[in-house]
Amino acid sequence: MKAFYDIITLNGTREDDNLRIERHPILDFPETKTLRFTFEGRPVEGREGDTVASALHAAGVWKLSESQKLHRPRGFYCAIGNCSSCHMVVDGIPNVKTCITPLRAGMDVRIQAGKGVLK
Amino acid sequence: MLEKNGIPTPEQVKSVFPPEALLVRAKAVLECYEEIPCNPCETNCPAGAIHIGEDINARPVLDAKKCTGCGICVGVCPGLAILTVSLKGEDAVFQIPWEFLPVPKEGDVWIGTDRAGRPLGDAKILRVRDAKGGDRTRILTVSLPRQHLYDFVTVRCPE
Amino acid sequence: MKDVELLVVGGGPAGLSAAASAAEAGVNVLLCDRSFRLGGQLIKQTHKFFGSEKQHAKTRGFRIAAELEASLAVPGNPAETWTEATVVGLYPDRVAGVLHRDRYEKMRFRACVLCPGAGERYLAFENNDLPGIVGAGAVQTLMNVHGVLPGKKVVMVGSGNIGLIVAYQLLQAGVRVEAVLEASPKIGGYKVHAAKLARLGIPIRTQTSVLRAEGSDHVERVVVSALDSAWNPVPGTEETIECDAVCVAVGLTPLHQLAAMAGAEMKYVPELGGMVPLLDSARETSVPGLFCAGDASGIEEASAAIVGGRLAGLSAARYLGKPHPEDSRLREDLTTQLRILRSGPFGAKIRAGAAKAEVERHA
Repeated sequence: MKAFYDIITLNGTREDDNLRIERHPILDFPETKTLRFTFEGRPVEGREGDTVASALHAAGVWKLSESQKLHRPRGFYCAIGNCSSCHMVVDGIPNVKTCITPLRAGMDVRIQAGKGVLK
Repeated sequence: MLEKNGIPTPEQVKSVFPPEALLVRAKAVLECYEEIPCNPCETNCPAGAIHIGEDINARPVLDAKKCTGCGICVGVCPGLAILTVSLKGEDAVFQIPWEFLPVPKEGDVWIGTDRAGRPLGDAKILRVRDAKGGDRTRILTVSLPRQHLYDFVTVRCPE
Repeated sequence: MKDVELLVVGGGPAGLSAAASAAEAGVNVLLCDRSFRLGGQLIKQTHKFFGSEKQHAKTRGFRIAAELEASLAVPGNPAETWTEATVVGLYPDRVAGVLHRDRYEKMRFRACVLCPGAGERYLAFENNDLPGIVGAGAVQTLMNVHGVLPGKKVVMVGSGNIGLIVAYQLLQAGVRVEAVLEASPKIGGYKVHAAKLARLGIPIRTQTSVLRAEGSDHVERVVVSALDSAWNPVPGTEETIECDAVCVAVGLTPLHQLAAMAGAEMKYVPELGGMVPLLDSARETSVPGLFCAGDASGIEEASAAIVGGRLAGLSAARYLGKPHPEDSRLREDLTTQLRILRSGPFGAKIRAGAAKAEVERHA
């Protein structure tokens, strides 16, 4: 007998790299408008309703910043704006808490390596 | 053991089962073994068959004679800890809550599992309905050979 | 400077309840929440809540959030709400600094109900900063708010209610849960939550903890070990579990910063999860006109946050000279509700903690 999680077909697709939930037993995720933005200069697609961090996560970008001294890869931890692990440079502004910042079309999002510098 | 792995002992399970003689009609089995502050089963039972009382931490107690097996408690219990059981000839028939996809269809044969997730054999899906007041919880009516009366708790989709 | 009669900080179950309660009494309320949506952590809760009907039992968390939000629309005196508004300063001279989108606003308030909630705790293990190692709330936000899977194979650390509930929600979203790990000898949360996982074949492993995570740009596996009765790893019991996300559900701690900044007397109470303001029975801190409710006053449940929030809202209205027309009846009912919620075995810790944080004061 297969394990429980191997049987349930949820997000509507079995492709391994698709992280968007299409069908859910309790919640509805109606398809929303696609928002195009850039990450490190590369075009990425997110959805209306995403935060910058959730859009990046769905696109497979999990490293959001680097630690100040050892340049260790960092991602988000709390996702509600407490821990400051998700700081990125958005439209030139550093220390943006991407986990609680709504995604807007055309945003320029970059990895923040170390302390944010406001130019 | 419940405290170590979430699996109640057979004694604990039997302790919340109504007597077999009453199972000609479906009866609720309230697998709520702990005192937690919660009482929707009591307040939603249309037959007044479940008693908790003023102190909502008390464990619910079923008056099996009043229970009509309607299954409303199955759908409202926040812990999904209730099922109904009945004996029909060679079969045991259950009503269980289901909150996953895929949802089975009437006539499907799925796999019945016990409280440790181990397979028991074929489980016939007799009926699928939305739980009344259950907000997307489905109630599955399932039958298995009656020897599994005290073991069966949920189903799994076959491969 | 803007003048506000009652400032409510935080739009979770406590803040929404306080705002509605005070607005019903005729108080002009401004509620600020740093997120872009109201409802706090409720918006991501897909499970049905416990408690009694007075606390919205059997209703899914995100629907409770909607109900509470709707209750702000008090006929004739709706509460005003600002989202994306972080209260960054609360000063002893009753001034608040609010970062509202990209504007910094200062406002003078006559009374304030503080409901900023709690933050996730961290677990120390090697490489615990790898991307993909996230708090339980983060997993819920991703899945239930944004419809994004945190990963495909998760290891859940922590078997309190949050760990058990989130593990179940992961399964509902189609994510493999390899195991729920619990360092102590017993499962921490309600056994009904554990039973829901056990019947699906998800292993709950007590006396097991994470030694280290491994991976280059994000977590790819964890090495776990058995613990002995002194909480030390047992040599030779290391085991590797492949995963692409680790969910850390090891508890919450009250967000104490604003209460402390405003000059409230604080105390470290382990049973309540950390630093909390001392409160009297009206939920007033040592600063007159400053009240507190929800997880910031002690880690508890949404049901308690709702009840405590209503109570704090009533008290704030009374303080402002606009007592709710049914103040004493409601106050008595709410106090009874809180007592009952806390009276079972799971309430023992809260009762002990609340006693340490409560003071007698002229309300």
